[in-house]
Amino acid sequence: MTFKKRLLAVAAGVALLALPLAANAHRGWILPSATVLSGESAWVGVDAAVSNELFYADHNAMRLDAITVTTPDGSVEKVQNPFTGKYRSVFDVPLSKPGTYKIGSFSNTVMASWTENGEVKRFRGSPEDFAKQVPAGAADLKTIKSSNRNETFVTRDAPTTTVFAPTGKGLELVPVTHPNDVVSGEAATFKFLLDGKPAADLEVTFAPGNSRYRATPGDFKVKTGADGSFKVTFPEAGMYWMNAVVRTGETGRRPEGGPPGGPGGPGGGMGGMPGMGGPGGGQQGPATPLAGNGMSASYTATLEAQRP
Amino acid sequence: MKRSLSLLTFSALGAAGVATPALAADLNVTVEVPRLTVAEYHKPYVSIWIENPADATAAGTLAVWYDADSKEDKGVKWLKDMRQWWRKAGRTMSFPADGVSGATRAPGPQKLVFSGAKGPLKDLKPGQYNLVVEAAREVGGQEAVRVPFTWGKPGAPATAKGATELGAVTVAVK
Repeated sequence: MTFKKRLLAVAAGVALLALPLAANAHRGWILPSATVLSGESAWVGVDAAVSNELFYADHNAMRLDAITVTTPDGSVEKVQNPFTGKYRSVFDVPLSKPGTYKIGSFSNTVMASWTENGEVKRFRGSPEDFAKQVPAGAADLKTIKSSNRNETFVTRDAPTTTVFAPTGKGLELVPVTHPNDVVSGEAATFKFLLDGKPAADLEVTFAPGNSRYRATPGDFKVKTGADGSFKVTFPEAGMYWMNAVVRTGETGRRPEGGPPGGPGGPGGGMGGMPGMGGPGGGQQGPATPLAGNGMSASYTATLEAQRP
Repeated sequence: MKRSLSLLTFSALGAAGVATPALAADLNVTVEVPRLTVAEYHKPYVSIWIENPADATAAGTLAVWYDADSKEDKGVKWLKDMRQWWRKAGRTMSFPADGVSGATRAPGPQKLVFSGAKGPLKDLKPGQYNLVVEAAREVGGQEAVRVPFTWGKPGAPATAKGATELGAVTVAVK
């Protein structure tokens, strides 16, 4: 990693967990200590980090600001005992109710450029702020919308499905097989929605944990069908990192930020964040307009395949 | 009062002569809890359940041995370690479960009789099943042993043997 990229990573700071994580880019993960639990005294401890190897915290801690816990009855709680170290963040989730919990974050970001009085203006922020701060009918308006979801699921006693109710925003996982009912060697079926509609022909990457102990990482890919669903059989029990990204139009990635276009480039992890610290972005010099419109939606989850 | 009632039911069915034979039978099970020479020994948690061999679903739980008296977690915290049973049956049950919950047992052969007039056996349709005994031991391992049996008529005992956490498991319909 070059010094410049290090700076970029630092600058990305808060937003790091929300980046669209491409195949070889640093991977954000939320790793629970257990996914299947019993009894009312059950807790899970969770590690959250951004790293290349799974699941080894050796790069950056994931910021906890955006991480929430959705309980089986749909209510949202904060994490407990949060701590952010150099390489990883840690927190606890008491499972006070029976059923399935979702632990994770969702972010929605709009980048825009437009012309006002002959000057190029730039915006980056939430869709709500975009609506407030960017004038309606702005000249030369270009937008790049990105959404990022990163989550994991844990279940105390019998699994429930309240936390999977689609919101219609970004890429979402719909369980056909419940994520906490996945067993190695058995086919599991999941479905992806993009903005509430089946995400057809979507490439889904699975990367098994413990890659440090293998010469080859062991990643594999599957594709969704027309209805957004796909089948996957986990070869071995263990934790898996699942990721899917939809990207169309402009990515906002700058040519000098890494090989353009390809998600596999080392700059991939910075995708969707142009000008971050680079020329033309932020306060340095005159703003450069976005090259065009675009969108990206990324989904990441950490799933456990149980031993049979 | 209860006992005499069920006796009455029995004789009535017997007199009718067309009662399903299942009702008259008991399931005799012997589970050997192995004696293990380990530094830290805890008696295993054990679940005993009936499995439909066709689709590997559970057809009922006969017994669960665990530490229900544990002040810390009432023993339920570790029930999920009997992973196959937990997935197929345990996670939808509530504990303690009447007629199912029991204390952990010491090493040696444990002789059990499950009455065909009670619990999941009462409504079990005649046919082929597996009796599954699954053990999970604190700081130890987990193992499930399956023994096939035919419900509905008395049969010769069948035996299967565990390798690590369970010894011989013998099942006979009588």
